[in-house]
Amino acid sequence: MTAVKTAINLHAHAQEALLKGLLSLLPASLVLTDPEDLRPFECDGLSVYRRLPLVVVLPETIAQVQAVMRLCHKLQVPVVARGAGTGLSGGALPSSDGVLLSLAKFKSILNIDPQNAQATVQPGVRNLAISEAAAVHGMYYAPDPSSQIACTIGGNVAENSGGVHCLKYGLTVHNILMLKVVTMEGELLTIGAETLDAPGYDLLALMTGSEGMLGIIVEVTVKLLARPERAQVVLAAFDDVVKAGEAVGAIIAAGIIPAGLEMMDKLAIQAAEDFAHAGYPRDAEAILLCELDGTNAEVSEYIMAVRKVLTQSGATEVRTAVDEAERQLFWKGRKSAFPAVGRISPDYYCMDGTIPRHHLPRVLRQISQWSVEYGLPVANVFHAGDGNLHPLILFDANKPGELARTEEFGRRILQLCVEVGGTITGEHGVGMEKIDQMCIQFQSGELSQFHEVKAAFDPSGLLNPGKAVPTLHRCAELGAMHVHHGQLPHPELDRF
Amino acid sequence: MADMDRSAALQQQVHNAINAGTALNIRGSNSKHFLGRVADGEVLSLSEHRGMIEYDPRELVLTARAGTPLAEIESALAEASQMLTFEPPHFGEYATLGGTIACGLSGPRRPYAGAARDAVLGCKLINGKGELLSFGGQVMKNVAGYDVSRLMVGAYGTLGVLLEISLKVLPRPASSLTVIHECPQTEAINQMSHLLSQPVPVDAACYHSGHCTIRLAGSEQAVRHAQKQLGGEALEKSAPFWLALREHQLSFFKSSKPLYRVLVKPATPSLPIAGSWLLDWGGAQRWLVSDEPVAVIRDSVAAAGGHVSQFRASAQDEEVFQPLSAALLTIHQRLKNSFDPHRIFNPGRMYSGL
Repeated sequence: MTAVKTAINLHAHAQEALLKGLLSLLPASLVLTDPEDLRPFECDGLSVYRRLPLVVVLPETIAQVQAVMRLCHKLQVPVVARGAGTGLSGGALPSSDGVLLSLAKFKSILNIDPQNAQATVQPGVRNLAISEAAAVHGMYYAPDPSSQIACTIGGNVAENSGGVHCLKYGLTVHNILMLKVVTMEGELLTIGAETLDAPGYDLLALMTGSEGMLGIIVEVTVKLLARPERAQVVLAAFDDVVKAGEAVGAIIAAGIIPAGLEMMDKLAIQAAEDFAHAGYPRDAEAILLCELDGTNAEVSEYIMAVRKVLTQSGATEVRTAVDEAERQLFWKGRKSAFPAVGRISPDYYCMDGTIPRHHLPRVLRQISQWSVEYGLPVANVFHAGDGNLHPLILFDANKPGELARTEEFGRRILQLCVEVGGTITGEHGVGMEKIDQMCIQFQSGELSQFHEVKAAFDPSGLLNPGKAVPTLHRCAELGAMHVHHGQLPHPELDRF
Repeated sequence: MADMDRSAALQQQVHNAINAGTALNIRGSNSKHFLGRVADGEVLSLSEHRGMIEYDPRELVLTARAGTPLAEIESALAEASQMLTFEPPHFGEYATLGGTIACGLSGPRRPYAGAARDAVLGCKLINGKGELLSFGGQVMKNVAGYDVSRLMVGAYGTLGVLLEISLKVLPRPASSLTVIHECPQTEAINQMSHLLSQPVPVDAACYHSGHCTIRLAGSEQAVRHAQKQLGGEALEKSAPFWLALREHQLSFFKSSKPLYRVLVKPATPSLPIAGSWLLDWGGAQRWLVSDEPVAVIRDSVAAAGGHVSQFRASAQDEEVFQPLSAALLTIHQRLKNSFDPHRIFNPGRMYSGL
């Protein structure tokens, strides 16, 4: 009893020291402690996980970030970094005993350098704002996650965000050159270089997708690309999902790498059509959207070739967008698929597995079988070109037991992705959400190596604790879960 | 030589080295022995651990054992009209995939289609505790766990023994054409940099002995159209030129003087260092043959915001790569310790402390 009381007192004392320290480093307006002010920071885009942080800080300079980190390191206080909070895996979920460090004030575009095809920006700059600023030079930043209007480049780096153009243009990791990063100890590191290669180990790759576990990103230098002369999109309808899947392989086998290659199944088509009125054929079992870009002549040539392949693959209808407005409309339907599904169901749970493409028929068949078994409809949205599957499980959290069934269904989908040689997350990250699935994806050797990688950057383990990489203990308990089926371990953890 | 999985034997050799406290010198075909610093140690040969494991052209993914000759991989890809995007230099007839990835070298296409690290999707490796680990995978998009596969690229074998590597591959361009024109270096730098912001299908650009040489690739019409735009003379049978550039077989590279690899931003004006220059990667990678002292070269390149490594060094016992800042070196040492706590893999090959 006494021991517990002492601990609480110490805790209170540490909290007081922390707040006092933060207020000595930052203007009071940049330190939030009122629960009202903390509320907007309690979750990211995966709002089923919510937790209030002890305090939110909104530093404005790199020096302030460093000072905050030094203080937190000294007081052994956990720190969670946050961009726009659009993440979909709970990666920015605060620690209840820690600091939530928002990069929202870092909104400046520092330099656009068309001669060297790069731009240097602060981490709180929105993804789309970079392309908008580069447009005057005929250039753009390629990765375009669906949330690009809102999501920030710092968060994109932390999650290694993708988008609909990954097959041709790569993920965030392929499109950045240099980062400035503040460590937990408050040290400022320059990782990568303004040149195409940097000396030493490829720490840039390690930082990209590290989900705020290794350092706080305070500056990002991205690559810019020349905007293609022309982009054109072809829509193809199919009476069978498997045929659509095969058409994807056939396009690639014809030697064409589309800028984007997206697939939607019937439920997703209908939801998107009701929402965006994109002109999708409502009776199709599946549609493919195939975007081709390049020079004017090249695009014409590829469109002819793709139309031919699609027809040969059994498409019931092949349509080329007649103008830019229709092209935008075709994409609007796809990009609004998530909110569209949100309208037809009280809740939905978005999965993010990636599979080798040739397993698509098997995986889709299994998902639809489980859908019947669990009594939960599934809408499938698929980055078909790179095998990234987004099944959206429709459920109603207010119906008793439906949440748990949805979760179990989702777990089985991810397990299946791993079984066929894929992965539990293609672009949304592990965060809080898929921490248990990491135990399926990796053995203890790899997980231990991950913990050691983290320790190389953050020996104190205070950055975003408990996310992205599960402890071996947790995985062992999870293994036990399969034996004592039904009984969930870790009742102390937030679950949904 | 037959395809063979030597993982178990290699793992045993690593365990033996740990127990005996012997350093291991990881070797494919030894074609890149001249890169980096001298690393002593018992040879751990990967040359028998070879063979393609999986390659389905429709998946755009290839998985092969580290000891597989690069030439074998490239000919399998060519049969399916595909290629390695990063156009790796071989520097030897029997160059292996593992050595290519460990050294992280990329050829002329690199600025336009990505580097070796960009193509890597996953790997299997033995770490310095003798554990067989698997990272990444065979899919394009994968953000589960830290990107250890790419960390291995260019680590010169100091973090682990690569066993298998999965790469993203792409279709060969339907058509390719090289144009050449004579101009001063400054003009070439400006032109190559300007092209970066233009929708022109460039896939290699270099400046050498008064000539700017630009390779176009894409659909037939796109290439023809771009040729009209750029002007210049079409270079007949251009493949041997790009091959000779990639493999350092041009007469420029035959000098007995030290060869430096200088990385700068592509639009960087000519650097004031005495010696002869060849600009590749559209001006972003510049080769320098020079007798100037290393320190003078390093300072001058650093002043231009770049970095330099001694590619064919006169003394492989000194540091040959750009020295790291103290803070970065600390992270490097901690990573080295975490992957190779007994310091048995290529110790000192990259930097003296790693």
